[in-house]
Amino acid sequence: MPEQRKRIVIVGATSSIAEQCARLWVTDHVADLTLVCRDPVKTERVATDLRVRSPDSTIRIVKTDFTDPAAIRNLVDGIVAVGAVDIALIAHGALSDQAACQPDLTMCQAALMVNGVSPVLFAEAFVGHFEAAHHGTVAIIGSVAGDRGRKSNYVYGAAKGLVTRYAQGLQHRLAHSAVKVVLVKPGPTDTPMTADLKQKGAKLAKVGDVARVIVQAIDRGQPVVYAPPKWAIIMLIIRHLPRFIFNKMNI
Amino acid sequence: MVKVSSWGRLSHGDHEVRMLADRERIAGPLRSNRPGIAYGNGRSYGDVCLNPDGVLWRTTGLDRFISLNATTGRLVCEAGVLLRDIQRLVIPRGWILPVTPGTQLITVGGAIANDVHGKNHHRLGSFGDHVQRITLHRTDGTRIVCGPDLEPGWFAATVGGVGLTGVITEAEIQLHRVVGPWLEAETLTYANLDAFFQLADNSEIGWEHTVSWIDCITRGGGRGIFLRANPTEAGGRPVPRARNLTMPLVPPISLVNRLSLRLFNAAYFNLNKSRAGKTVTPYESFFYPLDNIQDWNRMYGPKGFFQYQSVVPRAVGRDAVQAMLHEIARSGAGSFLAVLKTFGDRQPVGLLSFPQPGVTLALDFPNHGERTLKLFERLDAIVREAGGRIYLAKDARMPRDLFESGYPRFVEFMQYRDPGIGSALSRRLMEN
Ligand SMILES: Cc1cc2nc3c(=O)[nH]c(=O)nc-3n(C[C@H](O)[C@H](O)[C@H](O)COP(=O)(O)OP(=O)(O)OC[C@H]3O[C@@H](n4cnc5c(N)ncnc54)[C@H](O)[C@@H]3O)c2cc1C
Ligand SMILES: NC(=O)c1ccc[n+]([C@@H]2O[C@H](COP(=O)([O-])OP(=O)(O)OC[C@H]3O[C@@H](n4cnc5c(N)ncnc54)[C@H](OP(=O)(O)O)[C@@H]3O)[C@@H](O)[C@H]2O)c1
Repeated sequence: MPEQRKRIVIVGATSSIAEQCARLWVTDHVADLTLVCRDPVKTERVATDLRVRSPDSTIRIVKTDFTDPAAIRNLVDGIVAVGAVDIALIAHGALSDQAACQPDLTMCQAALMVNGVSPVLFAEAFVGHFEAAHHGTVAIIGSVAGDRGRKSNYVYGAAKGLVTRYAQGLQHRLAHSAVKVVLVKPGPTDTPMTADLKQKGAKLAKVGDVARVIVQAIDRGQPVVYAPPKWAIIMLIIRHLPRFIFNKMNI
Repeated sequence: MVKVSSWGRLSHGDHEVRMLADRERIAGPLRSNRPGIAYGNGRSYGDVCLNPDGVLWRTTGLDRFISLNATTGRLVCEAGVLLRDIQRLVIPRGWILPVTPGTQLITVGGAIANDVHGKNHHRLGSFGDHVQRITLHRTDGTRIVCGPDLEPGWFAATVGGVGLTGVITEAEIQLHRVVGPWLEAETLTYANLDAFFQLADNSEIGWEHTVSWIDCITRGGGRGIFLRANPTEAGGRPVPRARNLTMPLVPPISLVNRLSLRLFNAAYFNLNKSRAGKTVTPYESFFYPLDNIQDWNRMYGPKGFFQYQSVVPRAVGRDAVQAMLHEIARSGAGSFLAVLKTFGDRQPVGLLSFPQPGVTLALDFPNHGERTLKLFERLDAIVREAGGRIYLAKDARMPRDLFESGYPRFVEFMQYRDPGIGSALSRRLMEN
């Protein structure tokens, strides 16, 4: 029997983490991918690669404005109108410059928008359709940074915390439905986003390893997954550190 | 700044690492007021990919395929794609990379820049023989597209050009037809160098891949294991995925010492002797036997290790190899992985390519400082006398005169250099 072609939408498809997930999805399987982006030229390079890897898969690119609720609604409705979606991976994000966000409220707002509000709008737009179809998995990439605010990146962390709380509520709402919500919390990972961290000698996970954890968690419909998994333990400790100790830490 | 080493782990210098991720936006990261060098997967042993206190352009983010024509076997991809990923993509479709070295964990850029060779040099030459197009970015923002029939001067300088002519972002490679992932391999033993050369010559016609491991310890060295293989349909089934092992830490001292070497060489010889004969084996375990042991280079301890790989012309090959084995035995040093192989009678495309007609010997040595360097000086004398050369991909210490005599076309090469690019090797061997 021919295998069912999965229909997958990736929002922020040029993200390194998302690109590695896409490669896994088209390796050994044929899939139907819709790549949502803001820069179609750059995304075309990702799509071309995926087509070489899997000539029988279908790879489409759609451009949208990531902060415009009406555009997001239209885009998602349009995608779903063509056929049922199995997986929506919401991956976009930008590691904001904390020091710059403090005095510059416009920058602060942009950071909160792209990392917090925007992913929620996309998720909400998909989930309505999924609920109606009694089918579908929404995966959102949050971050370990959303688990506890710290001075070096709390604006980004607050946005990721928003995503965490949102996913929690959504899981509560959908607890008795067939729709799955997967919240992914990567630790520091070697991608263009962390180029500056790398320069400071930070230890970063391999993006391929992180993607494998994500794809597997989506497969299983795991509610929360840390990637690599060791971050579950590290963050358990960090979350529970008493404030007087935490506040002495330079992180 | 980040500490970066190459495969030999001889140095851990500070580098400003810049990740290249978008082949259309290369000019920005290449602009710099101090020299930089491309760094692929760091599988070179010496300082060819290092540039302490300078810039490193990491290319592993340039890992996208661009096109694969399943009818003609033309592959276009970015320069940071690993050969492993190409093999896994194309072999199930009936194509294979014509030339791969003893590890597939290297990038296309690194394969071109060192013009790497494999076990089939007598048939298909080196990697550069199969490259049709290279897109090269210079630090001044210009872009050069070259190939054997387009800007051939730039092509000859860039193949084997050890990263010094610019940063390669894309390449087009002509793949070869293959029946599948299986090889029919034969293992034979030989008692001495004469027997090796006889086996090598006899295998040139009937065998696509040949290589040998030579015992450089027992009774002064010279006996060995000869491996040869041809692709076969016989395997039929898909290849099982091999298990991965990891060398978990750097031991405080090298695990490679006189005792372990003696035991290993004797055991390895006898193990293979008992297995001599024909087997059907997956290509990965035949071509890349060490790739499943992650970080095996750590076993040499914190001081790292050298690889000494030379090639000498065939006419003096036997005597030169014998003399090198003799020096090694005399020094009491020894090598785990001594690889002896003949090269075919063909000239490489690159001005600084390593392969030349003759016989190549590659040896690993733990770094014992002065003692090891002294041995290399004696080996250098033999190579110099024989009119041979040392492989830049493996070198961390050869003297400049040996570079100049071994690579006489370097004078021609210099005009193609990018003034914004430099490496520890280029400063050591070419003034800057
Ligand atoms: C176990 C093992 C077995 C090996 N066996 C063989 C063998 O059988 N035959 C053989 O020939 N070699 C062999 N080698 C050596 C290896 O194939 C070469 O050193 C190869 O060049 C490494 O590629 P890399 O991608 O790791 O590049 P690096 O080692 O990082 O760099 C090598 C050179 O390529 C340049 N370079 C890399 N990318 C680019 C780019 N995009 N543009 C311009 N320049 C670039 C660098 O500047 C540097 O000069 C072996 C190495 C190991 C570890
Ligand atoms: N890397 C890490 O260490 C790490 C750790 C924890 C969580 N995460 C999260 O993982 C996700 C993927 O990150 P990555 O590491 O793969 O980073 P990446 O490779 O830098 O990708 C970032 C992605 O976000 C998109 N993006 C950035 N700003 C945007 C904006 N204003 N509007 C629309 N799209 C925008 C980018 O689009 P363009 O290509 O068009 O720029 C790109 O697709 C992000 O949500 C990130 O927060 C990463």
